[in-house]
Amino acid sequence: MGNILIYCDTEGGRICDGGLELLTKGRFLASRLGFSLNALVVGHGVRQFARQLHLYGAEKVFYADDERLKEYLTLPYCRIATVLAQRLSPEIFLFGATDLGRDLAPRVAAELKTGITADCTSLEVGDYVDKEGNLYRDLLYQIRPSFVANQLTTIVSPVCRPQMASIREGVMKMEPLAEAVGGEDVELDAGALLQEDDFRVEVVERHDVAREVDLKSANVIVAGGYGVGSRENFKMLDRLADVLGGQTGATRAAVDAGYADGCRMIGQTGLTVAPKLYFAFGISGQVQHTVGMSRSEVVVSVNSDPYAPIHKIADYAIVGDMMSVARRLIQTINQNRH
Amino acid sequence: MSFDRDEPASGKLIRKEMGKIKILVLVKQVTDTRQTLDNVFGASGVINRDSLPAVFNPEDLNALEVALSLRETVGGEVVLVSMGPARAAELIREGISRGADSGVVLCDRRFAGADTLATSHALAQAARKIGADVIFAGRQSIDGDTGHVGAQVAQQLGMPQITYAESVAISADGRLKVVRRLSDGTQTVLSTLPAVVTVSGSAKPCRPCNVHRMLRFRKTEVKMWSAEDLQGDSSRYGSAGSPTRVIASVKYESPERVGERFEDSPEDIDRLCKQLMEKHLID
Repeated sequence: MGNILIYCDTEGGRICDGGLELLTKGRFLASRLGFSLNALVVGHGVRQFARQLHLYGAEKVFYADDERLKEYLTLPYCRIATVLAQRLSPEIFLFGATDLGRDLAPRVAAELKTGITADCTSLEVGDYVDKEGNLYRDLLYQIRPSFVANQLTTIVSPVCRPQMASIREGVMKMEPLAEAVGGEDVELDAGALLQEDDFRVEVVERHDVAREVDLKSANVIVAGGYGVGSRENFKMLDRLADVLGGQTGATRAAVDAGYADGCRMIGQTGLTVAPKLYFAFGISGQVQHTVGMSRSEVVVSVNSDPYAPIHKIADYAIVGDMMSVARRLIQTINQNRH
Repeated sequence: MSFDRDEPASGKLIRKEMGKIKILVLVKQVTDTRQTLDNVFGASGVINRDSLPAVFNPEDLNALEVALSLRETVGGEVVLVSMGPARAAELIREGISRGADSGVVLCDRRFAGADTLATSHALAQAARKIGADVIFAGRQSIDGDTGHVGAQVAQQLGMPQITYAESVAISADGRLKVVRRLSDGTQTVLSTLPAVVTVSGSAKPCRPCNVHRMLRFRKTEVKMWSAEDLQGDSSRYGSAGSPTRVIASVKYESPERVGERFEDSPEDIDRLCKQLMEKHLID
């Protein structure tokens, strides 16, 4: 029987949501393909997470526990992941597209001489016929936005195994089972596997920035695009966000143009958010942005172009001058409160 | 700088007596996609990729600056390596005008259609041929957005990788000291040489082209290397060496919502705010 392996990242003493989202997705893939589903977790004191991973559907939880693995380092983590993949020969091996996953996954893929797709937003199963007419059944469709606006690209790895991908956090649902699957916890002997050579890079300092900007947990996000036009104009969005008790977000183009800080970027190369209320000011609605916000509960679009695609994915579409609308919204909300 | 630490178990330290070090910078000529992401092309959304300018991948410029600064500190030679069509020679000339010593384009039909694994194989072979002590590259390219190549070059060369670098210095004991910019803060790491470092856009911007160098190297021949020049296993280059296949690109249809229309008028905005309040979306 084939198997699927999910790398589960930890942060601050807990399993990251990304891994749980992938296990949830992995259950569907596994039942569709008749595969088993397994998880890998690496770190120090990580055995405690096994129960939670079983609850999300992992049949076997492989873990490597070692004091030297307390902090993420590419080489030792890569060795553990590579050795396990060589041992299990999974058909599919998935990572979250976090800082860690984006550093680790491509290196593991190169170790295994297989293909990998970065930053997927969805995964499906389908067939592929190559130029010579050979049919490959039930491949993993690795789907991600392409750099051409509003295009999604599907990538497969017909021959090489495992089929690997990193998947954006927040794009897939995370659902525990009613009851944990009865499974096994298998310890990988880190002491025997790791070599001195794996510790050529040493972490000497770390500054965690307590995120002042916490877009992911904001109930309201007021986002602006390139169309907002200036950093000055963005301040109006900040004011609206303040009035609403929310946060300001931005598209990549707005960040590249210097209108907003990178930590506020939403979309393919930024964060994925799902607030209750999302305002889109001067955003046209290209997929590179909308993949990061399409799960918002209610979307209000503001754009002077009545045909801007963003209006089509909005629950409320305001056609008008952005600054004027922002000003009027601030006024009206304040009035209605008094 | 003091260089009196024992050589670590693996890897080299930067020492005065080691002479010139070889600093490679992996660079890519990309389509300037940055302007296509938002309103620039209006509602029709049609983009003619060929009409867009080919530019230096932005984060590769940050990588070049790190390389040039390192050369100023320790001495050495900065060599650019790019894989692409012959016109990528422009990119090498631009890099030389900005201060690099030389450059080479990996240019061969057999390299075409490469995914990140095959691309990194070619780049790694070039690095072997040149003999790199340290390799810098942009964190990712704006037209591929994968961020895979740096890590995969490092793997193929058996070098450690340090991703998301924001600044690079030499530690007192002769190791690379790299500050990494992560989504939740910064991290400082030390690494022996050789190593691959991918540089983030938050690093120092690259110095501009020097006019004298620009004029001097305007027509300089740029070396072109083929698959033969790189040797190695030719089945690992280009589309033959690429495990992945792009099977389809389709227009993305966002899930449509029933959009109620409003104008920028006091009545409309008031009506909207009342609706949002009724739904307890604002209070």
